[in-house]
Parts: sequence; C-alpha cells; structure tokens
Amino acid sequence: MNFYDIEKKIDKIEEKLKILKEREDIDKEKIKLIEEKFKRKIEKFYSSLTPYQKVLLARHPNRPKFLDYVNALFKDFVELKGDRFSGDCQAIVCGFGKLYIEKEILDFLKDKIKYPCLNKEKGYLQVCLIGQERGKTTKEKIKRNFGMPNPQGYRKALRVMKLAEKLGKPILTFIDTPGAFPGIEAEKHSQSEAIARNLYEMAKLKVPIIALVIGEGGSGGALGIGVANVILMLENSVYSVISPEGCSAILFKSQDKVEEAAKALKLTAQDLYNLGIIDEIIKEPLGGAHRHKEELFKNVKEVLIKYLKNLLIMEPEEVKKLRYKKYRNIGKFEEIS
Amino acid sequence: MFSFLRRKKEEVNSPLWLKCEKCKSLLFKGELEKNMWVCPKCSYHFKISVKERLYHLFDNHEYELLDENLVSVDPLNFVDTKPYKQRLEEAKKKTSFNEAIINAVGYINGNKVYLSCFNFDFMGGSMGSVVGEKLTRNIERAAKDKIPFICICASGGARMQEGMLSLMQMAKVSAALTKLEDAQTPYIAVLTHPTMGGVSASIAFLGDVILAEPGALIGFAGPRVIEQTIRQKLPEGFQTAEFLLKHGLIDEVVDRRHLKETLTKYIENLKYSL
Repeated sequence: MNFYDIEKKIDKIEEKLKILKEREDIDKEKIKLIEEKFKRKIEKFYSSLTPYQKVLLARHPNRPKFLDYVNALFKDFVELKGDRFSGDCQAIVCGFGKLYIEKEILDFLKDKIKYPCLNKEKGYLQVCLIGQERGKTTKEKIKRNFGMPNPQGYRKALRVMKLAEKLGKPILTFIDTPGAFPGIEAEKHSQSEAIARNLYEMAKLKVPIIALVIGEGGSGGALGIGVANVILMLENSVYSVISPEGCSAILFKSQDKVEEAAKALKLTAQDLYNLGIIDEIIKEPLGGAHRHKEELFKNVKEVLIKYLKNLLIMEPEEVKKLRYKKYRNIGKFEEIS
Repeated sequence: MFSFLRRKKEEVNSPLWLKCEKCKSLLFKGELEKNMWVCPKCSYHFKISVKERLYHLFDNHEYELLDENLVSVDPLNFVDTKPYKQRLEEAKKKTSFNEAIINAVGYINGNKVYLSCFNFDFMGGSMGSVVGEKLTRNIERAAKDKIPFICICASGGARMQEGMLSLMQMAKVSAALTKLEDAQTPYIAVLTHPTMGGVSASIAFLGDVILAEPGALIGFAGPRVIEQTIRQKLPEGFQTAEFLLKHGLIDEVVDRRHLKETLTKYIENLKYSL
C-alpha cells in the first residue's frame, strides 16, 4: 500500500471542498453533508489499517521526527554531544529544553515539586531530552545513520541522563528507530554492553523518566533509551521485539509474510496497551501524525505535562521504586504446583 | 530458529566415534565426554549439555534446582509455521527441561552460589517471560542472601513468540541486577556459544566479571545481519570470545576444563565476606 497516493487523493478532495465552500451559489448545508461523509470515509479507512500498514505509517517519511518535537514543544534547546571517550553518534540527540506550562499547573507544582527544575517566575520546567533522530532529507538521513544508533549514542544518552539526575531534571525520551546499528565498529565497541548498561542505569535513576514512542520502536535499540516510569505511544506508532520483516524471514521462513508477522507480534499501540506494557495511547490527527501537526503537538504536550505533574511531586526514591516495580511485574507465565 | 548458530556434530557413521570440527581428528566419544567435550588434540569446545555442565561445576556433582514450577504460556496466541504452544511442547520433549533456563543453588569449591544456566537446545535459549522471571528470582535470592550470582549464557536472543513481553524481560533482569549493588554482591557472567541479541544486550554484558568460552560467538547483531547491512565480508574471527578479549570487552577467555577453578578464584576474591 502506498500512503502517498491515498494522501494525494485526500488532498485533492480537501482542496475541491475548499473551493466549493467559497462559492456563494451553492447551498452550504449540502457542502457540509459532503464534507462529513468524506471525513467519515477517511476515518473508516485509517481506523481499519492492518498492523503492517501501521508499521508503514509509523515509518512514513513525512511523520514528525524527534527534532520536530524539540522545536515545537520546547524552547531554547541546548544540545550535548559526544560520549566523552570515543565519539559522537548523531542517531541519538541529547540535550535540555524549557517546557512552558499553564498557570494552573504551575500553581499546582509550586509547593509540591520535589525536583529543582521549575522556574516559577517565567513558568517553565527544565527537562532533559533524549531522542532518536532519523532525519528527513537524504543528506540528513545519512548523517543520522537512518536513526540506527551506535554504542557511542547510547553512552552519550547515559552521560546526559546521569547529568539530568545530578541536576534533578526529569527525562523525556523519544523513541524512533529501526534498531541499533548492526556493524563491525558497533560490535567492536560492544553494542550489547552499551544497551545493557543503559537498561541497568536507567533502572536506578532518581528522577522521573517518561518514554514516548513517536514512530518505530525497533527492539533492543529502542529499549536502550526506553526504561521509564511511564511508556507512551502515539496512536499509529509501533514497538516490537523484531521488525515484521525480520520475523517473517526467521519464523515464517519467507520474505513476504510481513502482514502475518506484524499481526502475530502484537506491535501496535492498541495491542501493547491491552497487554499492559504501555500506559497510554496519544491520539493522532486524522490521517496520521504528519497530517495536522499542530493538533498532534498539542495532544503530546498535554499528555506529557499530565504525567510530569504526577511524577514531579514524588520523592526521588519513590520514583525509582515505582519504576523497578513496573518492570518487575512485566511477564506472563504460569506457576504450577 | 537460530539454526545458523547451531554447532553441528560431524557424524562419522558410528555411535562411538566423532570427528573434531576443527582439527578433524577422530575422537572416541567416551573420552570426549570425560574431557568435558573439549577436543584433547586442539581444545575445540564442542557443545556440552546443561546437565553435564552442572555435573562438572558443582562440588560432589550436587545441586538443587529452583523455580521448576514456572512454565510458559502463550500470551499472544502466536502462530508462525507452527503454534508457539506446539514449539514449547516439542522443546520440552526434546530437552526434558521445561524452559530455556534452569536455576540452581550449590557449592563451588565450598563457596555457595546461585547459578542460572541457559539451555540453547530449548528454543535457541531464547528469553521469554519465564526466563526473565527465573533470572530475576535467582538474582533477588542472591541479593537477599549476599551470595554470588553466576549466569551461564547461551542464547539467540529474545523469544519472538512472546513479542514485547520478551523484549521487556531485558529491562526486567537488568533492573534486578541493581539489587546486587545494594547487597555488595558480585555477579559473574560466563558467555558460551552463542550469546547474541537481547540476552547479550542485557544479562550477559552486565557481569561484574565476564568470562567466555574459547571460540564462542558473542555479539549483539548476528553475523548474517551485519553482512547484509554493510555488504562486506566480516573479518576472520569476528565476534569470537578471543576477538572480544582483544578489544577489551570481556575479562578472560577460559577453557571449560579450568572453569571451576577460575570461578572459584573470582568468587573468593570478590564475594561478600563479613
């Protein structure tokens, strides 16, 4: 399936509707009816996507990437680069930004907040931002290694997250990767150790962590920045132990069983919510995150602040304990007598 | 699954004789068995069963199995070319174990240890909910009693048939290991052929001490995936235990016949003593 063609059709109809609306000689009620019928049709289409179609939508080239969120939701972002001993991987971007909040939230947090991250005068929270960036243009994609981090990326992320812990800033991670990079240098620098270390250290951090899957959550490479108090997913994002392509090849012994594999893996936001792995699904605008970005960013900001508000009034030890408990309880098995 | 990682025993049309894969010597099976499945001529490490491994490791060949009552369910109703439930039954029959890992407690030269050992014959040693839970329980015991924890790894990675539940086991066992820090108790990882993927990127590489068997293939991505991605042939010996030692990723490559003595020294130097 090609989303481009479908989107082109939708764009064309939307444009025609716009022209019709401007004409004085046509009954407004009639146009409204047509518009509603059209909207229902798109809604029906997008709500009946197969899991693999969702994978394709999650990988849509126009879908907002991590840096789009940074620019839209945060002010004065400062980036920190390098792992301080072997290099800088640009598939992971790390830094700090200001998240402006409504007066109502500010008033709520003012006396209860347990972390030194609230500017009461100017009304913003200082937050640590960690995310995988895939890039949009070919040049950018190459620079970002198509969002596939090397060990240096995970180690940079850990360095910055530890800084966030030292300074008492909450951490927001944005997941969007096909997976950790499979390469000679990556193995030489121990991709395994880099990811494992992050899982271990993230379990210990004494600041709130929220992870948000914005596109593709590719296996261990995604989890490497994904250990959190709260795991959120965008409505059309996916999160999987292996890509449907990989699963098709290994388990179904075929290149073209991707639809079946995607279905079997239970990788959609809805599936993972039902399995109790994620905490909440963030609604996307009709047609996907890239269709009406303003609406998307508004939804994301609202949900992030809702969880931050709850976590920032908890003691650091409690935040850590709750995170441990969350992972301690994941797993489905039977105890026979 | 993970068939390319399996070590074939080259059959020589005889139930008593075996050909060494490396030096091609004809070896008497009984002798090989006594030698812990290490070729007496070239030290090539054949695959050894979990039972034999524990038999050689523990004092008086005695140990107690723990958490045997934990069994896998089929949370996703997963069906590929076969239903997951059927795969589990077949693996149980084939191995006479009920999961891809066993938990044990016993003594190594007088030192009490909690030990978990992966079984590669059981669905490629893949880590699903039960493997994650068993590891976690054994680590928690070790932390509570301040007794060293040892994990012998052999795995193709996460168990795909349990989807995200299995990926999350990586985070679960890694979090559990933080308890050993509070208990000032060491964790020694022994990486055997093969240790890959999600198991490599969690329990395996979080060892305070990481030992590996000679020739074992250890890494995150499988060699075939890497070759397909970068479109070039991998260097000789890439991702072997010796390669990892050279690049500073593990502490030592240890011959299986010396593993017990080596573990003893590390345990006695590092364990909680008061």
